[in-house]
Amino acid sequence: MIARNAAVIVGGAIVATLVIIAAIGPFMVSVDPLAIDLSQVFARPSLAHWLGCDALGRDVLARILWGARLSLMVAIAVVAFSLIVGSLIGGSAALAGGRIDNLVMRGVDIVMAFPGFLLAIALAAILGPGLADLMFALTAMGWTGYARLVRGEVLALREREYVAAARALGADGRRLLLRHLLPGVAGPLAVRATFGIGGIIVAEAALSFLGLGVPAPAPSWGNMLQAGQPFMLVAPSLTMAPGIAIGLAVLGFNLLGDGLAQAISGRQ
Amino acid sequence: MPVAIGVATLTFLLTQLIPGDPVIAMLGDNAQPADIAGMRHQLGLDRPLWAQYGAFLNGLARGDLGESIAMRAPVSRLIAERYPATVELAAAGLIVAIVIALPLGLIAGANPGGLGDLGAMSVALLGISIPHIYLGPLLMIIFSLDLRWLPLTGRGGIAHLVLPAITLGLSLAAILARMLRQSLIGVRQADYMRTARGKGLGPIAVLIHHALRNALMPVVTLLGLEAGALLTGSIIAETIFSWPGLGRLLITAISNRDYPLVQGCVLTFALSYVVVNLMTDLAYGVIDPRVRVGAK
Repeated sequence: MIARNAAVIVGGAIVATLVIIAAIGPFMVSVDPLAIDLSQVFARPSLAHWLGCDALGRDVLARILWGARLSLMVAIAVVAFSLIVGSLIGGSAALAGGRIDNLVMRGVDIVMAFPGFLLAIALAAILGPGLADLMFALTAMGWTGYARLVRGEVLALREREYVAAARALGADGRRLLLRHLLPGVAGPLAVRATFGIGGIIVAEAALSFLGLGVPAPAPSWGNMLQAGQPFMLVAPSLTMAPGIAIGLAVLGFNLLGDGLAQAISGRQ
Repeated sequence: MPVAIGVATLTFLLTQLIPGDPVIAMLGDNAQPADIAGMRHQLGLDRPLWAQYGAFLNGLARGDLGESIAMRAPVSRLIAERYPATVELAAAGLIVAIVIALPLGLIAGANPGGLGDLGAMSVALLGISIPHIYLGPLLMIIFSLDLRWLPLTGRGGIAHLVLPAITLGLSLAAILARMLRQSLIGVRQADYMRTARGKGLGPIAVLIHHALRNALMPVVTLLGLEAGALLTGSIIAETIFSWPGLGRLLITAISNRDYPLVQGCVLTFALSYVVVNLMTDLAYGVIDPRVRVGAK
């Protein structure tokens, strides 16, 4: 039934292409994405440089491909951290119940009262540039959604018979959460994580665009867009290439998320 | 109110995360010890954490956010100067979003699965996928540099507002249109819809007077949640279009390592979001008399 879902097919194809590009793309071009060649400044697209060169004569295609790897790696890592942290906090709060649940979720509410991207900007600004700090900032913005989702689902699942049966058989809280409750939440979590990867790709690009993300000279789609903006008239491809790359990646994950959500709601 | 205090506390704690010595970060490595001690005292950093927190809340209650280090002016005054520009931009972005979302959502939701639905939702999907940071430069190339219809950057009349507002509002428009479609499909089967059709109302009258009004609730909820995206999106739109608002002030403060100003800007954004969410709750009552506070 999933196969009939056009959104999943198109989205899946885009995402699969992106993953392949991130994995082997950098080996397909022999050009160093950091190699400066001042004779090639703003070179138009040609056979040697398919997407032309930037203000320092660096090959745009090579930078896009390396950027794909960086964007995807950051996004997947951030979503994975957010998902793990959020699930454990939300799940434990739901299992503990009562005052602890209340206290934890008040904390989540306060973090959520902050617009997510603002929190990421503030953290990135305070911690300074660097990949690890960037990922921390993005995770801080992302985990609350998963915590709320898992808590809600666990509260609903907790009353189900199979959970009561597991508890009667002597399963403790940890086992209950990891073996019985979290697998039940897997579907909605997968949907949220799929959208989440698209969202983090945009957020990372935006932070890099603002100069708060991936530090130069490492190629990221966001800092490429920022670097290209002053030269839009001379070399429009400098902004177009990373812009389209971000757009396509986000489109792919959105379509896949839409499709997964439909498939799950159709199954239930 | 408890949420507001929570947000203020979180903002205060954020600045405690500054690695190393914030005073040296601001003054540079070559700063004289006397200057360092002076600034440390001026910022109150020589006091224990709880005293700093108390002073922070106390100042906040009086509207005192401290002194900007780079601009040598009270943070609250700098923010007050820039805040109207950001509100103007966010309001314009909101209007753009609603003006685009209503027809798109109505077309799509009136006949789900039809050609109009497919077209409208394709536009919406595109709107969600184009990132702000690309849409802004793209609009600039087309409308300012190529066609020369609209000014490139800065703040002025309506003409200056158009491109930043579209940059800011388009993705929100797409999200709202999708929600409106979903919600219109949800109310189709309701009894009052059958009644409205049964009493002979045309499809458009039914759609506007009966379906839309009932379908707006989830859209307004979403609008409140997305208000944060509108506020933070303005940081990006302001940076692209050199819009003299709070977002640019924040980014300038960050590059100057002007931590009191960073703190003030972050707090202002966050508190604005809290207020907008409160207003969203009140808006429910206007749209749906059933949830009006105190109404029986």
